[in-house]
Amino acid sequence: MEPLAREIADRTLDTSGTFCPVPIIETAKAVRAMAPGERLLLVGTDPGIESDIEAWCRSTKNALERLWREGKSIRALVRKAPPA
Amino acid sequence: MAAYGIGMISGGLDSTLATRLLQEQGVRIKAINFYTGFCITETQRRLGGRQRDGKVPRNEALRMGGDLGVEVELVDLSESGYLDIVANPRYGYGKNANPCIDCRIFMMARAREILEREGADFVYTGEVLGQRPKSQRRDALGLIEKQSGLAGRLLRPLSAKLLPPTIPEIEGKLDREKLLAISGRSRKAQMELAERLGVVDYPQPAGGCCFLTDESFGRKFHDLLDHRELRKIEKDEIVLLATGRHFRLAPKVKLVVGRTEGENVILERYADETRWRLETPDQLGPLALVEGEPDYEQRLLASRIVARYGQGREQAEVVVAWRRGEDEDQLAVAPLAEEQTLDELRV
Repeated sequence: MEPLAREIADRTLDTSGTFCPVPIIETAKAVRAMAPGERLLLVGTDPGIESDIEAWCRSTKNALERLWREGKSIRALVRKAPPA
Repeated sequence: MAAYGIGMISGGLDSTLATRLLQEQGVRIKAINFYTGFCITETQRRLGGRQRDGKVPRNEALRMGGDLGVEVELVDLSESGYLDIVANPRYGYGKNANPCIDCRIFMMARAREILEREGADFVYTGEVLGQRPKSQRRDALGLIEKQSGLAGRLLRPLSAKLLPPTIPEIEGKLDREKLLAISGRSRKAQMELAERLGVVDYPQPAGGCCFLTDESFGRKFHDLLDHRELRKIEKDEIVLLATGRHFRLAPKVKLVVGRTEGENVILERYADETRWRLETPDQLGPLALVEGEPDYEQRLLASRIVARYGQGREQAEVVVAWRRGEDEDQLAVAPLAEEQTLDELRV
């Protein structure tokens, strides 16, 4: 799954080693700088990223297209929503 | 056009109810949640901690935003002068290391900037009049409102009817009659309101995510600052304060002993050229750090404490290895058995 996700992601953000809420703060910054429809691949090791990114996407209306684990690493593919 | 409010939310019950009340009035809402660096959830996750239900500790603000369909912006205050406020609060500390009035003023001043950026009508919080002894007294609420530059623009929906009307209420953008008059420390009114509004998922017990209100952390925080010439703390020191057993061996010498494997991993990260790294090479035991320049007696004492917490605690003698940069040493000591000595040194 990861090679495909890497291929279609417009940007990759590696937050490994940081913990709540830093990965989501960095994700928000990255997504803010992207165009609607573009995809961000978030990589991290905070085990709470799974629940955080899911809640953040519900809160911001961005689409969480995929969420999966590779060993200790958690990965999420987020597509930026069109403007409200 | 609907009123636009900026919510300072924690994801706890009160800020959730305040948000739901305003949603019922059709208010457009953007929520903000401040990251100060003193976040308990951050450290719990770093240590691999779990909630009572076995799950990874949640970020309640994000969870609340997702549940209520409200956008949450996480605002990082940890690099913005906030630590100077915490180390030198104008209005003093609460029971522990919590400078709640200064902290609220600082956060609300930042919320005012966001209000201006967003062109919003008001800022709101889940504060309840009289709920907390220091920051939620009537005079403190007024002081915070004035000092933050939010006079007339700061709404506390749960206690609004007990407070002067805000500008959006006077302008008719908010219906004051639909706001509440809750006060005091009892949670009964909030529980009933939660049931009426269908709010079922909120953190239990309440208590927030801030280390500064924690008694043990507060002791370590004050010990650190009280032994410094300048009352200043760096962001990187917060995690160290939240990790391990701390012992004050002398005004300028402190020992930190890991309690778990997770804490040992964190302490390893701090074992730089400025701190001595201690371990018991012949037995399983904690990793420990010594800050300062201990004399020989203090080195013996630190070694005896470290030996006490390892698997050699019942042995007559345990070797403790010291290392700082290129400097290395080993001391063979008897593990410290005297509880009283330990208690006197414990921060």
